Amino acid sequence: MDFNTIWFILIAILYIGFFILEGFDFGVGMLLPFLGRGSTGEETDLKRRVIINTIGPFWDGNEVWLLTAGGATFAAFPLWYATMFSGFYLPFFLLLVSLIFRGVAIEFRSKDENPSWRKFWDWSIFTGSLVAALLLGVAFANLARGVPIDANMNYVGGFFYLLNPYALLGGITTVLVFVLHGAIYLSLKTTQDLREHAEKTAWRLWIPAVITLLLLLVATYGFTDILNRLGVNPGVIPITGIVSSLVAGYFIRRKRMGLAFSATMITIAATLVTFFLMLYPDVMISSLDPAFSLNIYNSASSPYTLQVMTIVALVFVPIVLLYQGWSYWVFRKRIKSEPQSLVY
Amino acid sequence: MDPVFLARLQFAITTIYHFFFVPLTLGLSIMVALMETIYVRTGREVFKTMTKFWGKLFIINFVLGVVTGIVQEFQFGMNWADFSRFVGDIFGAPLAIEALLAFFLESVFLGVWIFGWERLSKGMHAAAIWLVAIGSNISALWILIANAFMQQPVGYAIEEGRAVLTNFAAVVFNPKVWVMFPHTISAGLVTAAFFVLGISAYHLLRKQHLEVFKNSFRIAAIIGAIGVVLVGLNGHTQAQHMVTTQPMKMAAAEALWETEDPASLSILTIGDMTLRNEIFSIRIPNMLSLLSFNQIYGEVRGINDIQMEYEQLYGPGDYVPPVAIVYWSFRVMIGAGIVLLVLGLYGLFLVMGDSVEMHATSLKILTFALFLPYLANTAGWILTEVGRVPWVVFGLMTIPQGISPTVPGSLVITSLVLYTLVYAALIVANVYLLMKYARLGPDTSDEGSTQPGADPEMTFAGTAN
Repeated sequence: MDFNTIWFILIAILYIGFFILEGFDFGVGMLLPFLGRGSTGEETDLKRRVIINTIGPFWDGNEVWLLTAGGATFAAFPLWYATMFSGFYLPFFLLLVSLIFRGVAIEFRSKDENPSWRKFWDWSIFTGSLVAALLLGVAFANLARGVPIDANMNYVGGFFYLLNPYALLGGITTVLVFVLHGAIYLSLKTTQDLREHAEKTAWRLWIPAVITLLLLLVATYGFTDILNRLGVNPGVIPITGIVSSLVAGYFIRRKRMGLAFSATMITIAATLVTFFLMLYPDVMISSLDPAFSLNIYNSASSPYTLQVMTIVALVFVPIVLLYQGWSYWVFRKRIKSEPQSLVY
Repeated sequence: MDPVFLARLQFAITTIYHFFFVPLTLGLSIMVALMETIYVRTGREVFKTMTKFWGKLFIINFVLGVVTGIVQEFQFGMNWADFSRFVGDIFGAPLAIEALLAFFLESVFLGVWIFGWERLSKGMHAAAIWLVAIGSNISALWILIANAFMQQPVGYAIEEGRAVLTNFAAVVFNPKVWVMFPHTISAGLVTAAFFVLGISAYHLLRKQHLEVFKNSFRIAAIIGAIGVVLVGLNGHTQAQHMVTTQPMKMAAAEALWETEDPASLSILTIGDMTLRNEIFSIRIPNMLSLLSFNQIYGEVRGINDIQMEYEQLYGPGDYVPPVAIVYWSFRVMIGAGIVLLVLGLYGLFLVMGDSVEMHATSLKILTFALFLPYLANTAGWILTEVGRVPWVVFGLMTIPQGISPTVPGSLVITSLVLYTLVYAALIVANVYLLMKYARLGPDTSDEGSTQPGADPEMTFAGTAN
C-alpha cells in the first residue's frame, strides 16, 4: 500500500469518527427544543440544561475530528482541499457560521438568566446543528455524484448546482440519521422521564430514518456511478449498513439502547465506508470529463510530505484515541435531572 | 469590487478577530493552571476560588477562539485556493499537526476540566488544565511554523510550479519560528497578566473580595513583569532578524526611504500615505544601526535600494508595502509595549508593598491598561502581515496570485458582510458576559458548583471511538 492510499484511508477514518461523534452531538442539538420541554418554565430550563450536559464535556473534542480531517486533507491532498473548499464555498461558509453559533451557544446559554437570552442560544443550538448536518450531507452526496470540475481542477458549477435532488436527499438522510443517533445517545445519558421520552422519540424517528436511508441507497444507483465502481451487488459493507439500521429498530423496540447505539454507529460508519469505496482512488469526481477528476495521486502532496505526515499520525493518533476514549470513560454516568448535579 | 481586495479584507477581519481571543487563551490557561497548582500544593481554599473565577472567564473567552479558529482552518481553501495549491505540500502539514497535537489536547481536556471537579482527584484535575495550557501553546507553535514559511520560506524546492517540501526539520526549525514563537507566548502572558491585573484592580478599588484579588494581583504582577521584559527582549531579537531576512518590512516600519549608515531611528514621521515626503520628522541619529546590529555604525537599507534589488531579482513590479500602515502599526505596538513595560514593572513594585488596595490611582490606571495588550497584539500582526505585501509567500508568490480563481467577488462580499455582522454580534455577547462575571466577583459559597449526577445503573460506557 502506498502513502497516498494510507492517507485516503486516514482521512476516511477522520470523517467517520467525526460523523459518529458529532452525529450524536448534532442530533442532541436538534432534539433540544423538543425533548427539553416541561410543564413549567423552570422544568423546561432544567431539562435543557441536562440535555446540553450530556454532550457538554465532549462536543468540542468531537468537532476537532472535522478540523483534523480538514487539516489532513490540506496536508496530504492540497489540491483536493483547494478545489473542494473553494468549489463548495457557500455551503462551507454556512457550515462554519452554523458551527460558530452552535459552539458559542453551548457555552453561553446558561451564563445569563434572561429567558430571551437562553431562548436565542437554544435556537442557535438547534439551527446550528440542523444546518450543519444538512450541509454535510449535501456536500458528501455531491462528492459521490460528481460535480463539474474543469481541466484546471476548478469547480465551475456555482451554488445552485449543489442543490440537486440527490444531494438534498443526502442532506435529509444525514439529518434524520443524526437525530436518531442523538435520541439513542440521550436515552443512554439521561434518567427518568427524559430517558423515557428519548426512547420513545428514537422509536418514532427510526422509521423515517430507515426509509430515507433506503431511498438514498436506491437513488445512489440512479444518480451516481456506483454500478461501475462497486457493481450491482454493492458488497458486504453497504449491506451491513442497511441491515444494522434495521437492527437498530429491533433494539430500540426492546429498549436495548446500548446495542441500538452500536447499530446506528455501524450504520453511519458503513455508509461512509461505502462512500469512500465509491470514490477511491478518486477524491473529487468530475462530471464533465473523468480525466478532470481529482484522485489520490494527481491531488497529493509529495511522497516526502506524506511520509513525514504518516510518521506523525502513527505516533499521535493512538495517543489522541486513548485520551479521548478516557474522557468518555470519566463521564460515563447518566446525568440526573437535579439542579445541584449539573454543570453550568 | 476587486475579488483580491475582498479576500484580503476578509482574511484581515477574521484573523484579527480570531487573535482577539487567542493571546488571552495562551496566557490565562497558564495562569489558571498555576493557581490550581498552588491550590493543590497548599490546600488553601482561596486559590480554588481564584481558579474557578478566572477559569470561568477563561472558558467564555476560549470558546470564541475555538469557533473563529475553525474559519481560519478552512479559509485557505475557500478564498486562497491557488495559494493552497502552491504551498499545500508544506503549509498543510503544520496545520494538520496543529489539529492532531494541539486542538484535540486542549478541547478534550478543557471538557474534562470543566466537568471534572468532582470526578477527578485534585492532582488529575490540575493536570487537565495544564494539558489545556500546553495544547493551546503548542497550537501557537504550529501555526507560527506555517506563518514563518510565508515570511521566510525554507526547506523547499519548486517543482512543476509548486513549492515542495524537501526538509521538514528546516521548516520546523526555521529561525523565523523561533523568534516569533517566544514573542507570541510572552505576549499571551502579558495579555493574561494585564487582564487579571485590570479586573483585580477593579475589585481592589472597591475593597471587595480582598483575599482573592490581592492574591490574583500578586501572581499577575509577577507574570506581567516577567512577560513585558520578555516580550520586549524577544521583540528586539525579532526585529534584528527582520532587518536581515525581510529588510523591506523593516525599512517600511521605519519609513526609511534611503539607505543610511549610520541609520537613524524615526520617533515620529508625519507625511503622505507613503511617508516619502516628510512634513515633520523626529529621528534619533545612529539609533537604528545600534538596534539592528548592536553597533553604532552599520548600513540599514532603505526602501528605494531594496525596491531596485527586488526588481532585478523578481522582475518589474512594486515591492513596497503600504508604508504608513506598516510604520504606524509598528509605532502603536512599540508605544503600547513601552507603556506596558512601565506599568508591568510598577505593578511588581506595588506588590512588594503590603497594601495594594490603598493605591487608588494606580489601580484605576491598571483597570484601563487591560486594553493595551490587545492593541499591541493586533498592531503586531498588522505589521507582520502588511509588511510582507506584495508577497503572500515571501519571494515566491504575490497576493493576487493566491486567491481562488473561480470564487466570484459577489460570494466573497456576501460572506464578508455576514462574517462581520456575526462577529460583531458575538463580540457584544462576549464582552457582556466577561464584564458581567468579572464584576460579579468570585463565587465564594461553592455550592451548586459541580457535582455531575451519577447513576449506578448506567449502561453507556465510553467506547465511542
